[in-house]
Amino acid sequence: MIEVKDLVKTYGTHKAVRGISFTVESGKIYGFLGPNGAGKSTTMNIICGTLASTSGTVTINGHDIYAEPLAAKKCIGYLPEIPPLYIDMTPEEYLDFVGRAKGLRGIELAEQIEEVMGLTDIAAVRNRLIKNLSKGYKQRVGIAQAMLGNPEIIILDEPTVGLDPIQIIEIRELIRSLGKKHTVILSSHILTEISEVCDHVIIISKGKVVADDKLSELEEKYTSEGVLELQLDCSERELNELKDKLAAISDGCEAHTGDDGVKRIMLKYRRDKDIRRAVYAQVHKANITLLAMIPHEKTLEDIFLALTADNGEEEENIANEVFGIETESKPDSSAEPKGVKQDDNNDDEDGDDYKPLFG
Amino acid sequence: MHSVYKKELRSYLCNMQGAIFAAFLLLITGIMTSLYNLKGLYPTFEISLAETGFIFLLIVPILTMKILAEERHQRTDQLLYSLPLKVSSVVLGKYFALLTVFLIPVAVMCFYPIILSMYGEVSLISAYSAIAGFVLLGAALLAIGMFISSLTESQVIAAVITFGAMLAIYLMNAISSLIPSTASGSLIAFSVCCVLVGLIVWFMLKDLWIGATVAIALEAITLFFYFRFEEAFAGLFAKVLEKLSVFDRFYLFVDGVFDIGGVIYYLSVIVFCLFLCVQSVEKKRWS
Repeated sequence: MIEVKDLVKTYGTHKAVRGISFTVESGKIYGFLGPNGAGKSTTMNIICGTLASTSGTVTINGHDIYAEPLAAKKCIGYLPEIPPLYIDMTPEEYLDFVGRAKGLRGIELAEQIEEVMGLTDIAAVRNRLIKNLSKGYKQRVGIAQAMLGNPEIIILDEPTVGLDPIQIIEIRELIRSLGKKHTVILSSHILTEISEVCDHVIIISKGKVVADDKLSELEEKYTSEGVLELQLDCSERELNELKDKLAAISDGCEAHTGDDGVKRIMLKYRRDKDIRRAVYAQVHKANITLLAMIPHEKTLEDIFLALTADNGEEEENIANEVFGIETESKPDSSAEPKGVKQDDNNDDEDGDDYKPLFG
Repeated sequence: MHSVYKKELRSYLCNMQGAIFAAFLLLITGIMTSLYNLKGLYPTFEISLAETGFIFLLIVPILTMKILAEERHQRTDQLLYSLPLKVSSVVLGKYFALLTVFLIPVAVMCFYPIILSMYGEVSLISAYSAIAGFVLLGAALLAIGMFISSLTESQVIAAVITFGAMLAIYLMNAISSLIPSTASGSLIAFSVCCVLVGLIVWFMLKDLWIGATVAIALEAITLFFYFRFEEAFAGLFAKVLEKLSVFDRFYLFVDGVFDIGGVIYYLSVIVFCLFLCVQSVEKKRWS
């Protein structure tokens, strides 16, 4: 278990990390997500003891990284952003050195080296010089190094950067399998990577934690609301009347006329409550031609962008930020109720110029 | 410490570096021995060893330039910091590896006096005492080189600065004789040193005020002593340099004196440089 409290790191006048706190529980895969320069690597370096913080504490399994560095470091295997490899060694020699430095000796050392080489699939290149290995193999040697000594926690800083797609998938598989036996912290600026393998996400931006939650809960928290776009063929008066009626069944409602002359109503709704039938019933009752009904949902990507946007620092702004981001509309054909009156004369059905109203 | 030592030693012995170093050292000692002992018929091995001393100017930079600079350049220092190792044991492991690489050719050299003694009277005791002095001198210079390597991440810069430092140490006597032996001459030399120390502090801490304060404080102390004991200042700078001269101590060993003071002096230089080295490596984590 890792406890990070009020971590601050200042480089000269530049504040790289400004008060980061979080707790890492045992037995999960944590995703450490943030754009470039958010302070991910700095934070990870501080946790692993390779960098000293300006203020704040890091406790690993009850050992403070400054007061008891050796005990704390024994619990951690770390792969920094640039794999720290001695390029004039072979992977076997390199792992032998790291194993010895971690206090392994004799048969135990030999067994562990064989084990990690098997898990990371580098046994085939064991006698080649590291400088002649491909980037993917170098990365694996780096991960193998972190796994030696069976540390409880394995910290990987951007392990898939610069790898080809097949290698990325392989490394991801490896990380997933690591998660079965170890607590893994994985940093990345790529969201899909995190969402593929992690149970828990910590998003940081500009040196601060902006979200710290289970992936599923994060998804639920920020994607629970959606916007339903109605495109209508009606007069201004009809539009306003309909809007008033629809306001009662939705969480928020705005009407406007687009540049293309199509009248639109934007309805905010909660995803756990399907309002489409009720909306259609109202439209039908008002005898208005419904051209399209398009649900806009927020993806994790939108959440990430919103959370790490320039002014996404204050918690209360985040929800609005999420909806303030322009999304590519994804018309969901199955969401369109059957029996929509198709007006062939009005061929303007493109939903691409959807402008968010709730921002 | 053992793991770092083993790794470092392997890296020296598997690369050309260690071999070239040993070959070069043995070549020069061999040339000197044939010149002085075999051709010149001097009965003392010490004299050839004394003439070999300048070799440190070349081999110390070669041997020490990469030892810490390369770790920083390749970012492998991050690995060393994240492993459960103390910085002091990393530095010591590396230093002992350097020492081992240095001692291998010296061990070969130990046969030279025995070989010479087969052809005449050779004082083995004074020869081995000189070799001990040679080892101590080398050990001290290697510690200095290692400290310089810890200051930068470029091997080239490390090598150039180390060479400069070795040259300055080697020529220290010649430099000190250039300084006028008058009291005011010493004062000016000390003042220049104060400014230099201030500049180094400024460079290391990147803080002009601390550097200036240190320089001014040292200057004030110097001036205070100058006005109190002006006559003592005559020739003082030369004397101080002489006392500090790393090579001069070695020549005492060559003259057949096993100088305990010299042993302590060399050990102090080694401990001091290794201490500075640990501090310099630690500092990297804090900046």
